[in-house]
Amino acid sequence: MSRAGQARAGWEVVVGIETHVQLSTASKMFSGASTAFGAAPNVNACAVDLALPGVLPVPNRGAIERALAFGLAIGGTINRESVFARKNYFYPDLPKGYQISQYERPIVTGGTLSIASDDGERSIRLTRAHLEEDAGKSLHEGLPQEAEAAVGRDGSGIDLNRAGTPLLEIVSEPDLRSAAEAAAYARRLHAFVTWIGICDGNLQEGSFRCDANVSVRREGAPLGTRCEIKNLNSFRFLELAIDYEARRQIELIEDGGSVRQETRLYDAGRNETRPMRSKEDAQDYRYFPDPDLPPLAIDEDWIERVRTSLPELPDAVRARLVTEHGITHYDAQQLTASRELAEYYERAAAALPAHDAAGFKLVANWVLGEFSAARNRDDVPIERAPVAPAPLADILRRVTDGTISASAAKTLFNEMWNAALRGATEGYVTGTVPGLVGTGSATVSTSSSVDALIESLGLRQVSDEGELEALVDAVIAAQSAVVAEFRAGREKAFNALVGQVMKASRGKANPGRVSALLKAKLERSG
Amino acid sequence: MTEPFTVAGLGAALHARRISSVEATQESLARIEAAQPALNAFVTIDHEGALAAARAADVTLARGAAPPLAGVPIAHKDVLMTAGLPTTCASRMLADYVAPYDAHVVARLRDAGTTLVGKTNMDEFAMGSSNENSHFGPVGNPWNAARIPGGSSGGSAAAVAARLVPAATGTDTGGSVRQPAAMCGVTGIKPTYGLCSRYGLVAFASSFDTPGVLAQNAEDCALVLDAMAGHDARDATSVDRAPADCTRLLRRGAGARPLAGLRIGLPREYFDAGVTPDVAKAVEAALAELRALGGETVAIELPTVGHAIPVYYVLAPAEASSNLSRFDGVRYGHRAAAYADLDDLYCRTRAEGFGPEVKRRILIGTYVLSRGYYDAYYLKAQQVRRLIAQDFAHALARCDVIAGPTTPAAAFALGTRVADPLAMYLGDIFTVAANLTGLPAISIPCGFDADGLPIGMQLQGRHFDEATLLDAAHRFQQATDWHRRVPSGYER
Repeated sequence: MSRAGQARAGWEVVVGIETHVQLSTASKMFSGASTAFGAAPNVNACAVDLALPGVLPVPNRGAIERALAFGLAIGGTINRESVFARKNYFYPDLPKGYQISQYERPIVTGGTLSIASDDGERSIRLTRAHLEEDAGKSLHEGLPQEAEAAVGRDGSGIDLNRAGTPLLEIVSEPDLRSAAEAAAYARRLHAFVTWIGICDGNLQEGSFRCDANVSVRREGAPLGTRCEIKNLNSFRFLELAIDYEARRQIELIEDGGSVRQETRLYDAGRNETRPMRSKEDAQDYRYFPDPDLPPLAIDEDWIERVRTSLPELPDAVRARLVTEHGITHYDAQQLTASRELAEYYERAAAALPAHDAAGFKLVANWVLGEFSAARNRDDVPIERAPVAPAPLADILRRVTDGTISASAAKTLFNEMWNAALRGATEGYVTGTVPGLVGTGSATVSTSSSVDALIESLGLRQVSDEGELEALVDAVIAAQSAVVAEFRAGREKAFNALVGQVMKASRGKANPGRVSALLKAKLERSG
Repeated sequence: MTEPFTVAGLGAALHARRISSVEATQESLARIEAAQPALNAFVTIDHEGALAAARAADVTLARGAAPPLAGVPIAHKDVLMTAGLPTTCASRMLADYVAPYDAHVVARLRDAGTTLVGKTNMDEFAMGSSNENSHFGPVGNPWNAARIPGGSSGGSAAAVAARLVPAATGTDTGGSVRQPAAMCGVTGIKPTYGLCSRYGLVAFASSFDTPGVLAQNAEDCALVLDAMAGHDARDATSVDRAPADCTRLLRRGAGARPLAGLRIGLPREYFDAGVTPDVAKAVEAALAELRALGGETVAIELPTVGHAIPVYYVLAPAEASSNLSRFDGVRYGHRAAAYADLDDLYCRTRAEGFGPEVKRRILIGTYVLSRGYYDAYYLKAQQVRRLIAQDFAHALARCDVIAGPTTPAAAFALGTRVADPLAMYLGDIFTVAANLTGLPAISIPCGFDADGLPIGMQLQGRHFDEATLLDAAHRFQQATDWHRRVPSGYER
C-alpha cells in the first residue's frame, strides 16, 4: 500500500474504474477482418471496418461468448436480450461516424470481483459489462513514407486496423477507497480476464485499458463531484494518477474551491492530471438502438454451454489452497496471480509423493521463490518454463528425503533451468507434455534423471561423520580468529563457522550435523 | 414479330432461342438512349458491360440449362452497389464513387443470369417522393414528362413504364417502390423486411429499407423477387428461411373465380382520407373486379394508422442522420477543396455534398435523437410504431390482404411541391405503414385519372406471404389490361 496514497485525515477517496478489455477473438466485433496486432496500417481493415457505403455489421459470436463467460464468472446477470446502440460523433478514426456499443441494455449487469485487501479479500461490486467496438488510430507523426507522400508533412494518417476490435467495457461501482485499492482492483481484474481466457492481457498493445472516476468527500458525507481520468496505461500510472487527483481535489476544496465535473488526462511525464473537457462541452452522443442489429438474444442453452466451459475460478482455487493445502491466504493470493502459475503449482504439488501441508508449503515456497525469480530473470512464460512441474517435484522430493540440502536443491534447479534454457539436453531427459497449461508445452525429466544429475553434480548431502569431522577440523584450524571471537562470547561467530564448513563442502554438508559437530568440538577443546 | 418485353415473355423467347440476349440487350440500350433526353431515367448506362454479359448469357443459353432469367436485361437503382460501376445515390457526395463490390441482391440477379444495362436515377439517398432531389436532375414521367414519376425509385419506374427494361430493382423505405410504380403505371413490390438482404444497399433508414422490384406485371415481379430473395449472413436482419417461392400460386390453374376464399380487408381509414375522386373511383372499380374474381371484401379497422406519417418522419430521419455520418470526406466521396480544420472539413464537405432534402432529414433526425428530445420524439415514435404493427396484425387475422389506393392522387407536376415538404410527405400516407410494420405490399395499375395519368392500387399482406399478394395481383391482371397500357411515344 503506497503511503502517499493515504488521503489526508478526515477525507475519503472514492474511485470507480471503467476498463476496456480487448476480447481475444481472431476477428473483429462486427466484421471478419483480423484483430492481429502490429500489421502495416490498414491491412486488417475490410469494407465493413472502412464503413464503405452499403456494408453492414454482423456480431461476432466469439466476442459474445467471452462476454457471457465474464458475466457468469463474476456472478452477474446475463441479460437474455441486450441491445446494440450507436454512439454518434464525428472523428476521422471513427469511420461510420458512430461507434456500436451497448447503452441502456448491456449484456451483463451486476456481479462482483474480489480484491486482495489488508484483511484478506474484499468484494467490489460491478455495475455492468457491455460489448462494443474499438475506434481506429489517427497518426499525426511518423507516417509511413507512402502515406506522407500522399498527405504531406503536416498531414495526418488514419490506421483502421484497430477499428472494430471487440471490447468488453467493464464498469465498477464507486466501491474503491484509495489509489492503492484501485490499482489492486485493476490488477485483479487483469488477472481475472486472462484467467478465464477472454483477453490476452497485453498492456503494451492496449488489450487492457483503464479510466478512473475519482471523487473525494469528508468522511460520512455524500459522494463528491467526480472527475474522470483517462490515459492510464499501466497499473502504476493508475495509482499515481488517482493519488495526484485525490490530493488535487482535497486541496481545492480545503482552499474553498469546488471540483468541476470534467474529464482529465494523466501526464505520466509530469505525474499530474490536466483538464481535457468539462461536462459542459461534453458531446451529445445521440445514442439510439442500432437498426442494423436485432436485439441480442441469449438462450439458456448458450449460457449453459459457456458455463460448463469455464475453468475453476481464482476465488475457488484460493479457497481450496487455503482449506485443503493449508497454504496461507497470502501465498494462495500469490499463487493465483495467474491461471498458469496456479496450474504450475498444482501440477508440482500433485507430483509430490506425500500430499501433506509441509509438502504443499515447500512447493508453494519454491514456486513463489526460486521458480518465479528465475522466470522473471529470464522473462520466460510459465507454459514454456525450462523446469516443468514434475522435475521440480523430483527436486523437492530429494530435499524432503534428505538426499540434498536446500541450497544444493537451488544449485540443481538452476543447473536444470539454465541447461534447458540453452537448449541443452545433457544431464537429464527432456520431453514435452502436451496439454500443460494452455497451448504451450514444457520440458520434463524423470526422477531418475534428477537423481543422475544429483550424482553427476556431486550434490548428494554429506552426512558421513568421518567426512564431516575432517571438514569441521579443517575450518577450526584455519579460522582461529573467529574461534577466538566465539570463545569470547560472540554467538554470531558460531554461524560464521557453520557457513565456512558449508562452503568447504560446497553446500553438500548436512547443516544440522555440521552444527552439532562444531558445537561438540568447540566445547571439548575449550 | 417482336417478342414481348416482359421478364417472363423475354425469358421464354431467350430460352427458346427465338431471340438472343445480345439482341434484347441492344434493344434495351437503344431505347434507354432514345428516352434519356426526355426521361433522364438513368444515371449510368453500361453499354460494354451489358453487351459482354449478354454475350456470356447467349453462350450459356446455347448450352441449355441456363438460369431462368438468363439474358434478360435489367436495371438497378443507383443506391445498390454494382462492382466496377459508379454507384452515386444520385448525390454529389458519391458522384464519382465506383462500387468495389456487388450488393447481395445485385449478385443474386447476376447469378440468375440477368444482364445489367445501367443504374437508374432516384431521389438523393432515396429521400423523396418525386425524384426531384437528384444531383443528376429530375426524371420525367413517361405518361407526361412534365409530371413527376414518383420517388425515390423514379428512374426505375419510368424505365419500366417506357419499356426501356423489362424490370428494374428499387428500394422502398416509405413507399419508394410502390409510389413511383403507381404513378408510372407499373407493378412494384416491396417484400417483407428481411426477405432480401440489405448488404450493398446504401442505407437511408436501416429498419425500413427494403430492396424491391418494379416490372410490368405481378408475374415478372415474382420471377425477379424469387431470384433476389435469400438469406445473407452479412446482413443481421436478413431472415434465414426456406427459399422464397413467390411464383408458386401463380402456377395454379385459374378457374372463373380464381380468388375464391381470399378475404380482402378494406380499412375505413384508407377510404376516408383525402383521396382524389379519380383515385377513389379507380380503386372502387378494381375492388369490384377482385370481388368478381371470387374475393370477399371485409371491413377492417386500423385505428392508429393515422399516426404513420409522423412516426415515419421521426424514425426514418433519425436513422438517416446516423447512417449518413460516414459521408465525411475522409475516406471516399466528395471532399471540400479547401478547409481550415477538421470541423471545417466536415461542414464544407457535407454542406457541398448533400442536397437540401437530405440536409433537412439529417437535421430532423439529429434533433429527434438529441438529449432532451429523444423521449418525446424518437422513443414515443417507436412506441407508436409497435401499436401500428399490432393494428395490422389484428387486421390480418381477419383478412388475407389489405387493399386501398397506393397514393391519394396521381402524379403532380414537376416543381409544384418542392417548396412544401409537408405536402410531399403527406403523399406517403398509404405506403409508410408497410415499412413501419415490415409487411409486404404491392402496387398494381388500376386505372387512369382525367389527365390520363396512371392510378395504383395497393395490396398489403402478411409477413413472408408475398405469394398471396402476387397471386391476387396476377389474377387481377389476367382479367384487366391496365398494366399493358404503354405511354404514348414508347410503344415498341
